[in-house]
Amino acid sequence: MSIKTSSSKKRKPQAGETLGPANTLWRDAMRRLLRHKLAMFGAAVLCIVIVMGVFGPAISPYDPNGMDFANRFAGPSLAHWMGTDDFGRDIFSRVIVGARVSLQVGLVAVSVATVFGTALGLIAGYSARATDEVIMRAMDVLYAFPAILLAIAIMAALGKGIDNAMIAIGIVYVPIFARIARAAVLGIRNEEFIIAAKAMGAGDIRILALHVLPNVLSPIIVEVTLSLAFAILAEAALSYLGLGTQPPDPSWGRMLSEGRAFYRQSGWMAFFPGFAITLTVMGFNFLGDGLRDALDPKLRR
Amino acid sequence: MNYQYVVQRLLLALIVVLGVTFVVFMIMQIVPGDPARVILGPYASDESVAGLRDRLGLDRPFLEQYLGWLGKAARGDFGQSLLNGQDVAPQLWGRVGPSLELAIVSLAVGLAIAFPIGIVSALKQGSLLDIVPTIFSQIGVSIPSFWMGILLILFFSLNLEFLPPSGYTPISEDAGDWLAHIILPAFTAGFVSASIQTRFIRSAMLDVLNANYVMTARAKGLAERAVILRHALRNALINIVTIIGLQITALFSGLVLVEIVFSWPGLGRLALNAVEERDYPLLQGAVLVIAVIVTIVNLLIDLLYFLLDPRIEYA
Repeated sequence: MSIKTSSSKKRKPQAGETLGPANTLWRDAMRRLLRHKLAMFGAAVLCIVIVMGVFGPAISPYDPNGMDFANRFAGPSLAHWMGTDDFGRDIFSRVIVGARVSLQVGLVAVSVATVFGTALGLIAGYSARATDEVIMRAMDVLYAFPAILLAIAIMAALGKGIDNAMIAIGIVYVPIFARIARAAVLGIRNEEFIIAAKAMGAGDIRILALHVLPNVLSPIIVEVTLSLAFAILAEAALSYLGLGTQPPDPSWGRMLSEGRAFYRQSGWMAFFPGFAITLTVMGFNFLGDGLRDALDPKLRR
Repeated sequence: MNYQYVVQRLLLALIVVLGVTFVVFMIMQIVPGDPARVILGPYASDESVAGLRDRLGLDRPFLEQYLGWLGKAARGDFGQSLLNGQDVAPQLWGRVGPSLELAIVSLAVGLAIAFPIGIVSALKQGSLLDIVPTIFSQIGVSIPSFWMGILLILFFSLNLEFLPPSGYTPISEDAGDWLAHIILPAFTAGFVSASIQTRFIRSAMLDVLNANYVMTARAKGLAERAVILRHALRNALINIVTIIGLQITALFSGLVLVEIVFSWPGLGRLALNAVEERDYPLLQGAVLVIAVIVTIVNLLIDLLYFLLDPRIEYA
């Protein structure tokens, strides 16, 4: 970590002046994050992916589902940067539009996991032994399944399709959030400010929401970012297996699965969608690692 | 030694396995609408749907269904495949071997990559020997294993025609051919798990290298080699074993996909086939066996942890 912690432009603190609200925990973390090169690289990649996801069809050079049989299996060129597929569809356009599915699934699945997992973890960590045991053993059970296998099993029951993929991936990551939230609660449940709130007559829900939750947010934020990476990988995997996005909608995992028969003569069909997945996942991983470094009090010198 | 820890771990594993059976049983229960109708499709006659409902016991009370299913599963009876009417169990046992072979070789490949690189990274912190592996491990945790498998097949099998793209030969038939088939899938799964393990081995080593006893060992003039192998690595091992344990479940998750990409005749591929055919008893059997294997492996690792560090207590 760099030694310079304050810029020279800053005015010197006056005698007797305490650190004001300007120097909050979050602002400190933000400053550390902005100095984290890999995290900023990750954020830049994600900005591009988000622009692709939001404006997809508007900025793609071709209609992502537009077929052009005269130009099937065209290699990468100036006209088609990433080549065309077996229907003559422009792969670059499909990669751009495919970002939307990845982001959508990632956001919804991780929201499901965060909300349910955090709530269960908070309750488990704050409640009496019996409730805690029941919740956490249930989480252990879910955690005993390899993630992709559990998602496949849930999809087998609910049926194929992108909505069910979001639910399945969300359920798979609930135990992770529950464990993190519980551990964080256990760390602070006997702190003075919690006891003080109890002494002042605050109810359990009020204490959990107003006093406990804000203090366990940082590990959860880090986990959200890292889980987005996992969720996008999981969506790609499910779509690759034919369980997620259904045709003709482009999603990166689906494109990899559709191109399977043609890899030998058109390697670009296999390369670019996978590259897009890897880059996006890496973006979330870099940002998540940066956030962890910025927020983790243990690393603070 | 504190055997209470061992007993508690065994009990916990038992509870988890029981919970796992419940979740697996629920797969068919949460099918929207009538599972028998979903299995047979919209054109099946009402009689055949009713017949299947009866065969699957869907009309009986929930608890009775579960306990009946559990009792049979405990005796190794997972019912009959809906597709070919044969018993599910023998189909499962045939897949356990190939799955475990791939899991063990992948884990070995992963550790063979992660151990030397993780240790060297920690010893040469901040040097090129640290930075290059860090970049590779970032790629490894971000790359979809199935995509990496595809690229390896494209390069080594289709371009170089050096290794077979997919398939399996039993080791008892032809060990050389078995090895040729397992290299690519094991490397795919191993690389991904090595990426995570390298980071943990590196940080576990960094922790112990800064410990006082390592400084003492150096101060009393021990050779650097002895300091690292006998003092540092031995203590770092405890943390490393924990991490490998946590990674086992993730490794199996990756293996499901790797089996599918490389047409490896394991349980993961069987599970996907069962999903495609709506063969719920087969799917339930495959998922249950995988989850139980993962739980047992985790239990063994917890016990290994206990042997490595007798101070450990159940927390």
